[in-house]
Amino acid sequence: MKLSIWTYEGPPHVGAIRVATGMKNVHVVLHAPQGDTYADLLFTMIERRNHRPPVTYTTFQARDLGSDTATLFKSACLEAYERFKPDLLLVGASCTAELIQDDPGGLAEALDLPIPVVALELPSYQRKENFGADETLFQIVRHLAKPMDRTAEITCNLIGPTALGFRHRDDIIEITRLLNDLGVTVNVCAPMGASPDDIKLLGQAHFNVLMYPETGETACRYLERNLGQPFTKTVPIGVGATADFVAEVAAIIGKPDLSQQVVSRLPWYSASVDSTYLTGKRVFVFGDGTHAMTAARIARDEIGFDVVGLGCFNREMARPVRALAKEMGLNALITDDYLELEQAISELAPELILGTQMERHIGKRLGIPCAVISAPVHVQDFPARYSPQMGPEGANVIFDTWVHPLVMGLEEHLLTMFRDDFEFSDTAGPSHHAAHTPQQTIPTEVAPTMGDANVIWLHDAELELRKIPFFVRGKARRNTEKYAADRGVAEISIDTLYEAKAHYAR
Amino acid sequence: MPNDLSQIGCASTPVLKERGQHEVFCGLTSIIWLHRKMHDAFFLVVGSRTCAHLLQSAAGVMIFAEPRFATAILEETDLAGMADAHVELERTVGELLSRRPDIKRLFLVGSCPSEVIKIDLATMAKKLSEKYKDRVNVVNFSGSGIETTFTQGEDACLEAVIRDLPQSEKHQLAVLGALPDVVQDQMVRLLTQLGLEDVLILPQARAGMDAGVGPNTQFICTQPFLGAAHDEMVRRGAKPITAPFPFGAQGTTEWFYAIADRFGISRAHVHSVVAAPKARAEHAIAAVAENLRGRSIFFFPDSQLEIPLARFLSQECGMTLTEIGSPYIHRGLVSEELNALPSDIVLSEGQDVDKQLDRVFACQPDLTVCGLGLANPLEAQGLRTKWAIELVFSPIHFYEQAADLAGLFARPLVRSDRLKLGALA
Repeated sequence: MKLSIWTYEGPPHVGAIRVATGMKNVHVVLHAPQGDTYADLLFTMIERRNHRPPVTYTTFQARDLGSDTATLFKSACLEAYERFKPDLLLVGASCTAELIQDDPGGLAEALDLPIPVVALELPSYQRKENFGADETLFQIVRHLAKPMDRTAEITCNLIGPTALGFRHRDDIIEITRLLNDLGVTVNVCAPMGASPDDIKLLGQAHFNVLMYPETGETACRYLERNLGQPFTKTVPIGVGATADFVAEVAAIIGKPDLSQQVVSRLPWYSASVDSTYLTGKRVFVFGDGTHAMTAARIARDEIGFDVVGLGCFNREMARPVRALAKEMGLNALITDDYLELEQAISELAPELILGTQMERHIGKRLGIPCAVISAPVHVQDFPARYSPQMGPEGANVIFDTWVHPLVMGLEEHLLTMFRDDFEFSDTAGPSHHAAHTPQQTIPTEVAPTMGDANVIWLHDAELELRKIPFFVRGKARRNTEKYAADRGVAEISIDTLYEAKAHYAR
Repeated sequence: MPNDLSQIGCASTPVLKERGQHEVFCGLTSIIWLHRKMHDAFFLVVGSRTCAHLLQSAAGVMIFAEPRFATAILEETDLAGMADAHVELERTVGELLSRRPDIKRLFLVGSCPSEVIKIDLATMAKKLSEKYKDRVNVVNFSGSGIETTFTQGEDACLEAVIRDLPQSEKHQLAVLGALPDVVQDQMVRLLTQLGLEDVLILPQARAGMDAGVGPNTQFICTQPFLGAAHDEMVRRGAKPITAPFPFGAQGTTEWFYAIADRFGISRAHVHSVVAAPKARAEHAIAAVAENLRGRSIFFFPDSQLEIPLARFLSQECGMTLTEIGSPYIHRGLVSEELNALPSDIVLSEGQDVDKQLDRVFACQPDLTVCGLGLANPLEAQGLRTKWAIELVFSPIHFYEQAADLAGLFARPLVRSDRLKLGALA
């Protein structure tokens, strides 16, 4: 039993619904009690979809248990088939139905429907949403995709984008354009936009582009093994990763590497003088493994931030995330415990969080700006404008998104120079945000306070500390206290503060 | 086609009972407002990842910085009998209470999986209450989807709270139902002006030492979904007061009249107390009702508020009723409401969502009240919708909110009149 306040991933059947909702002519019959239909609103409200997800929920009740839940499932299947006439039926159970063990696969097979029926094993008490999506796509591919002749021109499949994915809608457009520029045509994009008939044609592509390992890796591995299709390993988020991706595609199709020709504005924006203020800013990176790793690389190599924390919530990606963290001199944080994460962020006191909607809330509470880089999604993660994460335009979008929450350029220096200005307090936040309102003035009298490390802050030192901009104040306090404690200094004076500053100078 | 107003009263109208896919929340959803209402309470759902995901999705991810609810997520080891679920729960509660020393009331909330594997939360609640004696009172109720629909979670919670209350011989009025603070304050002010000083409101914001119920308690509900809580009060000897629910100027006035009648307060006195707010409400409703008059409305089943709201919209705003769906019709509670509805409507109970969608498309109402899963798909099909969940989150009871309530229904229609967009992408 695990105490959980917020969850990063839903149960595995939500992953299955993400696959089915992204596709065409597919229907899911989910053995589930009343209430599990909440999953529909994820798609209709958060993603603003204008159709209901293609799911029939059997809606069994207490009085059905032990009597005829199996009959209920069968009639729901038949009615769903008659009403929606899908080309493919997926059947599965949500967490409660898993306990009553009605065997949806066997029941559906016994109905002898004239369409393929794929039974999904979605272990609700062990696995989560990403697993459910990855497994569902794999099962669909395994049932429908067969080896066939390759197309005459060079083609590939895009594998992994689903409904309710973080910017999947726009990543598909961006990557399709990029591939077209390289002379590669997209054969099928799956699951997003694909019908079962399209899945049957996967085999005619020359290779696969694995866009999101979280939801597409098992399918890509199956296609490599059984249909002889190689797949790309680089996720093209960021300028460097996009270049690597282009080089990887070139190697697969046996053409010259065109990665030098990929043009994004990010490199010049990072190199222009205004971005000097970004250099060395301490950032904490957290998300799903793919987005966290790509973000860490952009942060370090393409903007010049210091990555002070890196982690992911999906244990499936723990190995590569740990490896990258090690390379950056960090211990990866692999957890889906929101409270543990909040603790880690609060201790590290970064200047910027690159995280999910969850970390946005943590940042709000701790007064740390946050840019969202990954699912779990929120209605704000489906903007009306074109805003991919992948490819050249994705890099531009990322630069803008990450810089937006920060106090910009010279403004940061002005805050430091005039921090006692009553209208220009550093607690006000960036001037381009609505929340820009001076909130507190620096008190002139403070009593000596006891620090965490059992050292006393003298009056003058405490006042001096409060003049340090709020976004580094916590760090300065902790560093100074540690410095004092390490040296057996019982009282912190202004000198101790500046000695510590010099000691920890980066 | 306006309703035939010569035919009022649909208590005998046959009810279309349906079963099939229910597009509604389960009772766990009630926790989202209950935990805000009960300031010293924590709600621990004993359930699955699905339960946790439902709670945060229904609430809009993390709208509250520090929620007083959480899920004890069952894992493989709990199911396989490798870990004793009761021992695990005791450990989890210990972990929770050490983190939140401010908690005085802990609700163990049953879910579909905990019901199916038969975790005995009642015994656990007793045991834990004993263990944390004088510090935390532990109570259990079920919010599972196999037993409860949406607002029935509040009903089950209140039922448990009432069962737990001590006996009291006090002559008092008890009012059942969670209301926003501002609304509750208005209600208490009016009751005080009527001369009622001893008013027990359930749920209480904080567990009160002196709260109790007994044969000298007269009680009334502010919400139509409190059937089980109502029955528990009756079992405790309390005397129910039946009335229309306090929606709109008329509903609110009838509600106060019913209380006054029971306590021997003259209607003339009631009138002198409510005249001013009632006139304000009528005036304000009239302005909003301009957008509603003559327009037709269709209710999908959701919160059990459907019948009283339909009465308000028909009686006071001039709307035409088509189908009124409710997840469950508790006749004992809504009899007065049914008597005030036109008889030429469809009353449906339960749901088969696909069939009901066929009916709404055939009917083409001007406004459809439905859950969040259906609203955008219906809008895309050219129907104007009102999200039902907003009705349980917003202040809508009593005089001062009556026009706001009408406004919730008017806004989608006003928007539709304003937007000049052509085809939707």
